[in-house]
Amino acid sequence: MELVEVDYPQLRTDVAGRPDAMAKLSVPHGTTVLAFKYHEGVIVAGDRLATEGLRVASRDVQKVYATDGHSMIAIAGAAGPAIEMARLMRIELEHYEKIEGEALELDGKANKLSQMIRANLPAAMQGLVVVPLFAGYDLRRHQGRLWKFDVTGGRYEEAEFEATGSGGLYARESLKKSHSGTATRAEAMEMAVMALTDAADEDRGTGGIDTLRGIYPTVIFCSERGIDQAPEDEIKATYERIIASRGERRDGARP
Amino acid sequence: MSLPFYVSPEQVMQDKAEYARKGIGRGKSSITLEFDGGIVLLAENPATLSKIGEIYDRIAFAGVGKFSEFDQLRKIGVRYADIKGYSYSRDDVRAKALANAYSQAMGDVFTREMKPLEVEVIVAEVGDPTLAGHEKNTIYRIQFDGSISDHQGYCVIGGSADDLNDFLRGQYRPDLPLGEALELGRSALDRASDGQPTVPPENLEVCVLEKSRTGRKFRRLSTDEVRGQLSA
Repeated sequence: MELVEVDYPQLRTDVAGRPDAMAKLSVPHGTTVLAFKYHEGVIVAGDRLATEGLRVASRDVQKVYATDGHSMIAIAGAAGPAIEMARLMRIELEHYEKIEGEALELDGKANKLSQMIRANLPAAMQGLVVVPLFAGYDLRRHQGRLWKFDVTGGRYEEAEFEATGSGGLYARESLKKSHSGTATRAEAMEMAVMALTDAADEDRGTGGIDTLRGIYPTVIFCSERGIDQAPEDEIKATYERIIASRGERRDGARP
Repeated sequence: MSLPFYVSPEQVMQDKAEYARKGIGRGKSSITLEFDGGIVLLAENPATLSKIGEIYDRIAFAGVGKFSEFDQLRKIGVRYADIKGYSYSRDDVRAKALANAYSQAMGDVFTREMKPLEVEVIVAEVGDPTLAGHEKNTIYRIQFDGSISDHQGYCVIGGSADDLNDFLRGQYRPDLPLGEALELGRSALDRASDGQPTVPPENLEVCVLEKSRTGRKFRRLSTDEVRGQLSA
């Protein structure tokens, strides 16, 4: 075992998944974030729960950030390095814009993030994986665009929607049924909240909507006009509508 | 071997100062004014190369003189502010510290180098009423020899700065709306451009630090906006 650990570290498949490694290093993790296109641009949403193993680390962590006037990052993975990456990303974009007098192209921004994730690879091998989603409005092509990444910095543009994090699979399945690229803002909001609710329903690491404490997911829209963070009231109203439409059904399915 | 001629230090300094003043005086002026919603910076500048720039959330920069020199100072300022904001907090980036850093750097060049910087710069910071100790607007002027001064209400650099400062002393009133502040700034610039009656809006570079904005307060006004403000 030790031989593998010391001399053949490449053979270790998943450090984070191993109980002894997790015992040595326990850090808060972010969970479900998603992004998809709607008729005006792109929407990014994320739950608010951070977990440390089976424990709650924080109930109101921010996982979706505006990185500048027309782009957003949604983080999943180890919370510390992920939040730091989002912060650094914002500074990088702002710095470029100020120095050059012109903002980077959306492709340029995604490429920059890709390099930052690649630079994090050694930490990712130790279990501090950061795999964000990046989305924004492309002012040259007049459309919303979104990307997913892998730990090596691989960058993959998605045509319609993507979700990541521990509940990402469930959110993606939910979006697969509900998503439409021509959705209005209100419809997009409903799809996002529904996907997060579905993810929270199946995945214990994803925080549902906490009506008791009044903690709602972060939902940010980005269109040609720029960033628009949805107010809590709007998210609350959407959520209540979804709950009402699902009625008394115990399986959580749509009527 | 011939001995180099002796030149007294006073003479050297005087010559350098005269050289720098000549360079700066040849260009156009740049004006910074406080208005009721923040600070407005304007310059007569038909070119696309900016004389005014954003440094940080609440800090703007204006330069006159040799473009390559003040643009380099601007970039150094942006780097300085971004690094400081990243290592500490965004609120720790203050105009005073930046103006002091500029003063040191420009003073150093003036005394050590053969050729002084032919530039004069403004560092302006808009106040934030929600942060104790940060409420007031500040405007710093740093000259080619590193001398630094702070100003209230207005400040003119470059071109016929002394004339225009005198003019504004008589005309400036605090808490002007943006349109009137712009009008005042333009009428000051008009005085400098002899022969031409008024500076057309398309030849004005106008940027504002707006108190009401969240986060980055700096905004560049388009020609249409400038025209709208001037006619309002």
